[in-house]
Amino acid sequence: MRLKYLLPVLFAAGLSTAALANPFETTLKNGLRIIVKEDHRAPTAVQMVWYRIGSTDEVDGASGVAHVLEHMMFKGTPTVGPGEFNKRVAAAGGRDNAFTSRDYTAYFQQVPKEKLGEMMQLEADRMRHLNVDPKEFAQEIKVVMEERRMRTDDNPQAKLLEQMNAVAFEVHPYRRPVIGWMDDLEAMTAADAKAWYNTWYVPNNAYVVISGDVDHKEVFAQAEKYYGPLAGRTLPARRQQIEPLQEGPRRITVKAPAELPVLIMAYKAPILRDVEKDSEPYALEMLASILDGHDAARFNKKLVREDKVALSVGIDYDNMARGPGLFYLQGTPSEGRTVADLETALRTEIARVQKDGVSEQELKRAKAQLLAGQVYKLDSMFGQAMEIGQTESVGLSYRQLDRMLEKLESVSAAEVQAVARKYFNDDTLTVGILDPQPIDGKPHRPAVATRH
Amino acid sequence: MKKLLIAALAVLISQAALAGVKIEHWISPSGTRVYFIESRVLPMLDVQVDFAAGSMFDPQGKSGLAALTRATLDLGAGQLDETAISEQLADIGANLGGGADTDRASVALRTLSAKDKLEPALDILKNVLHAPRFDTAIFEREKARSIAGLKEAMTRPDSIAGKAFWAAMYPNHPYGRQATPESVAALTREDLVAFYGRYYNATNASITLVGDLSRRDAERIAESIAAGLPKGEAAKLPPPPGTPQGGLTQLPHPAAQAHIYIGLPAIERGNPDFFPLLVGNYTLGGGGFVSRLMKEVRDKRGYAYSVYSYFSPMRQAGPFQIGLQTKRSQAKDAIKVARDVLDGFLQGGPSEEELAAAKANLTGSFPLRLDSNRKLLDNAAVIGFYGLPLDYLDQYQAKVQAVTIADVKRAFARYVRPENLITVTVAAD
Repeated sequence: MRLKYLLPVLFAAGLSTAALANPFETTLKNGLRIIVKEDHRAPTAVQMVWYRIGSTDEVDGASGVAHVLEHMMFKGTPTVGPGEFNKRVAAAGGRDNAFTSRDYTAYFQQVPKEKLGEMMQLEADRMRHLNVDPKEFAQEIKVVMEERRMRTDDNPQAKLLEQMNAVAFEVHPYRRPVIGWMDDLEAMTAADAKAWYNTWYVPNNAYVVISGDVDHKEVFAQAEKYYGPLAGRTLPARRQQIEPLQEGPRRITVKAPAELPVLIMAYKAPILRDVEKDSEPYALEMLASILDGHDAARFNKKLVREDKVALSVGIDYDNMARGPGLFYLQGTPSEGRTVADLETALRTEIARVQKDGVSEQELKRAKAQLLAGQVYKLDSMFGQAMEIGQTESVGLSYRQLDRMLEKLESVSAAEVQAVARKYFNDDTLTVGILDPQPIDGKPHRPAVATRH
Repeated sequence: MKKLLIAALAVLISQAALAGVKIEHWISPSGTRVYFIESRVLPMLDVQVDFAAGSMFDPQGKSGLAALTRATLDLGAGQLDETAISEQLADIGANLGGGADTDRASVALRTLSAKDKLEPALDILKNVLHAPRFDTAIFEREKARSIAGLKEAMTRPDSIAGKAFWAAMYPNHPYGRQATPESVAALTREDLVAFYGRYYNATNASITLVGDLSRRDAERIAESIAAGLPKGEAAKLPPPPGTPQGGLTQLPHPAAQAHIYIGLPAIERGNPDFFPLLVGNYTLGGGGFVSRLMKEVRDKRGYAYSVYSYFSPMRQAGPFQIGLQTKRSQAKDAIKVARDVLDGFLQGGPSEEELAAAKANLTGSFPLRLDSNRKLLDNAAVIGFYGLPLDYLDQYQAKVQAVTIADVKRAFARYVRPENLITVTVAAD
């Protein structure tokens, strides 16, 4: 029931010898894959059920249905009444939730390991037997509207990002917000949600990731028992829509109650499709780290600390997705500085990379952080299951995670400079500005005015 | 039979978790309390140093001082300027974090445990703790950033509601005083130096270490941290907060949703009534998707995405709080539903079935509270900082199990008196 634009967790498992086979995998006859990452540090387990269906699979006029269905998944089956799912997880000493993204919908439970079987039984039940009761739907759609008000309508930055995506993508479904447009939510019916479920919630459109203090053989046996009897079904064909080439910069302004202006610059950028053949997504990932990977990385050091043109700056680049990618630069100008000043400063930093490249030392530092992160991430069982699930969701394999790490480690300074030259190109740029409005009628400092 | 099963389960859990949950405790030669959990599975170490130096110690008129002191602490120390600190940490893949809340100021290091990483990481940590520079230019910059952040917060309905809620709950206590752009603008570098000098000392600190380390090395590291701090003295607490007069504060805002808080000051850390309140609150609004508030406000009426209640014990009486957000036109109805749920709970307490469900979840989920170094660190640091019993975690499940319906009703009657409830709304019609 959370809804998040999930950040990429790009990197590998397999710290060392731990067991070359770990994670373990099997595929049931109905097409459901089961992936098990054994981790015996503590007597707990995580089950995540991932459906290869997200907001990107929606159509105009029905935005938000993937996420609404996620909410409805807690509203009961013939054998498990409305709200009963949560109750049983709670009784087992567990925690559960779910999230919908552009590319997938995922459900999870964290439980003491003895309860894993029960969780598998519950998930298997709602994989094929959900009731979408119109009365339950009528209440739940209101909850989703409140969620939209909270996350987007009253959140100026989120609103700006929503508008930016609607402008940066003209054709590709990534132009629609995951939570859906309010008008579409108003128009949605229980039948729409049910149709979505009937079409997409089948074992051959899902995979289960389990991590924790479990024996994979026992898990496979339980999976066969609970998920095995579910029937698979042929899925409708899906056509990936191609975003036409952007041939000139786009700019938008969003007005909302706030104090501080916000600037976001989004460049079209490549996505990792082929772990072996691609090189640019890795180079862009390292560039993001060199510009924004730590407090003295280029952006923060120059723009926040030295020149004080920004209160904060950041980068968001997710190179794992089913659809097209954007490389976002964002920031808030300091008091007395404008978004125009900040845009100039960001462009200067980009131009510096394009002209002079990056140093070996910067690259080495980014790689050191990357490698330490490989150890730290093993501290979280949930994080390990997330990483496997997200990698699989975009059509890559968790088995390639180690290879991706090697590829990242092999990125050269010349490659970083080359991608900076190629992709920071005004023709594919979308600029978004939050123009803050007073909440009480008092005058406000202008966001867009030029400096005097 | 049932009792036997539970006992057997408890043994299993404690055995499984034993290696992870044994908290070793000692006082370092320099007088700092140290808490250590050895966990050898991953080649990493967490070190957290906590000082009683949160915002409750902001002098009158200097609200924001604790936060700004902590924010500036690691931006230049000893021979290292802020760039050197960040770059050297990045070079070895270490992270330095932390922050300040009402009670605590924390500095937290996460590093790989290999010697060539660990030693330089610890050197940076010690520099930051022992010799922060508080450079004037950096102080001015951070002050400006802090002021901008506060101004931004004053436009956000949730922040506005939160600030008004705390001010109303704690009219005569530091918990109710909050940083404003004006109070931060008046702070000087000398204020930071004085605050650091008063509170960042060995007596006022607790150190928590979790990870790939021997007891002997833990002792050495802890003492090397403590020895570089002045002996100093412990923070003196203000008189405890009183009970506020209940009342309603309504603030305007153009937002689509009203933000609603209902609550009052309740209990401090270590209060034995924490367990009946914890168990009772699970039924009221703590138990995620299965609480009464969730059922009535969200499931039955679709009034809110998020609705909850919790007790937040602090050094001195921390709040009991109900929170929700709803379309502004239905704020009054939503408040009425939440109040009805609360009043019903205060009168009747949980049912037998609800009590059993609460216990099943709170005890059953116990292993989930301890299944990573991060969680172990958080738990041990709280135990250390607040001086909770060392066997707090071992006792936790038994104390939950011992709670009766009468305990819950008695504890709620004592700490949640309707006549003292503060209600704050922002953007309600």
